[in-house]
Amino acid sequence: MSTAAEIVVNTIQNDSRGLLQEWLAELKAQGTGADHRVSESELQEQGAELVRLLAAAIGSGRDVSGESWRPVREFLETISRSRALQGFGANETATLVLSLKRPLFARIRAQANDPATLGDATWTVTEVIDRLALHTVATFQKSREEVIARQQEEMLELSTPVVKLWDGVVALPMIGTLDSARTQVVMESLLQRIVETGSEIAIIDITGVPTVDTLVAQHLLKAVTAIRLMGADCIISGIRPQIAQTIVHLGVELGGVTTKATLADALALAFKRSGLIVTRAKAV
Amino acid sequence: MDRIPILRMGEFLLVTIQVDMHDQLALTLQDDLTSSIQRTGAKGVLIDISALEMVDSFIGRMIANISSMSRILDARTVVVGMRPAVAITLVELGLSLAGVDTALDVERGMRRLRDSLEDAGVARADHEE
Repeated sequence: MSTAAEIVVNTIQNDSRGLLQEWLAELKAQGTGADHRVSESELQEQGAELVRLLAAAIGSGRDVSGESWRPVREFLETISRSRALQGFGANETATLVLSLKRPLFARIRAQANDPATLGDATWTVTEVIDRLALHTVATFQKSREEVIARQQEEMLELSTPVVKLWDGVVALPMIGTLDSARTQVVMESLLQRIVETGSEIAIIDITGVPTVDTLVAQHLLKAVTAIRLMGADCIISGIRPQIAQTIVHLGVELGGVTTKATLADALALAFKRSGLIVTRAKAV
Repeated sequence: MDRIPILRMGEFLLVTIQVDMHDQLALTLQDDLTSSIQRTGAKGVLIDISALEMVDSFIGRMIANISSMSRILDARTVVVGMRPAVAITLVELGLSLAGVDTALDVERGMRRLRDSLEDAGVARADHEE
């Protein structure tokens, strides 16, 4: 009579093809089979590889975090990561692994002779599959978080375009809420552009900033000071009436900072400072 | 002992900081510069810190001090070429260097010194009349 551990090993190692077929059928039944995101053949390939790796690892015991299980874990991580990018849900990814249970249990039941062995073998398989599923979901989560972090970073960069308005004049149209992290990025890119273009005047346009509180005002003042330290002048433009009121009510001291109502006014001032005059080509 | 060279260019003194500043070097520069201003009767000092990559609060304060000392000795100071990272660091340290003149590069700094000297010259001439 075979022991529980032997049964488990046999179940997976013998007839892995049949196991694979049943597993894929199970996946299809649960509605997480092949669809437009993953083709039938791709799924079959992944399944075959996973069953093969499982068969190789199951003989070494049920400690899933051990060294001998590393290939299985790494393979699951790869699948999980690609699924996260393909837009699968966490439950779909977990089901992928958990669906292995039913075919495995059916096979164990067919082999085990007494209830005690059956119970032991079932428990072993449950433990292993559950841990693998948890590992898969954890990786899935991590991949999703990485995607979110990357998108945040991209948004940060997208939201801070420094444009050259004229020879020696750069402008930064600020859009969205200002927090410490964003101010840092904005400030760095603006200062960098000032150095690159050798601009003496920088205009920060805050038309797109919805609210200005003391913190935002402080960030703005920091940027202005840094620009001055570099040897350029800074003009803040696009201050809406409500924001002007808020600034005064908050008691924020914007002394020493040149402010203009619109970007056009700021540009006009920049022209004046650099000694340029704009005239019509012909009297209309 | 190493020290930072102070070059004389007409009425101005040119200081280019090419190495990372340590505290002793900064103090030496302060001594040398003030005595040079007194000796040469310079009307302006241009400090080029475009090669300076790191600052701490001490160096930041020293730059402000040198500027104030020169002003007392009747010489204007312009700090030129501050790197973005250095500017951000100084702001974060709470050192806004109010009263220190700045310019983007040496050329603009020189122009600024010359302009201010002319202004001062005109003012003085007016006063004497």
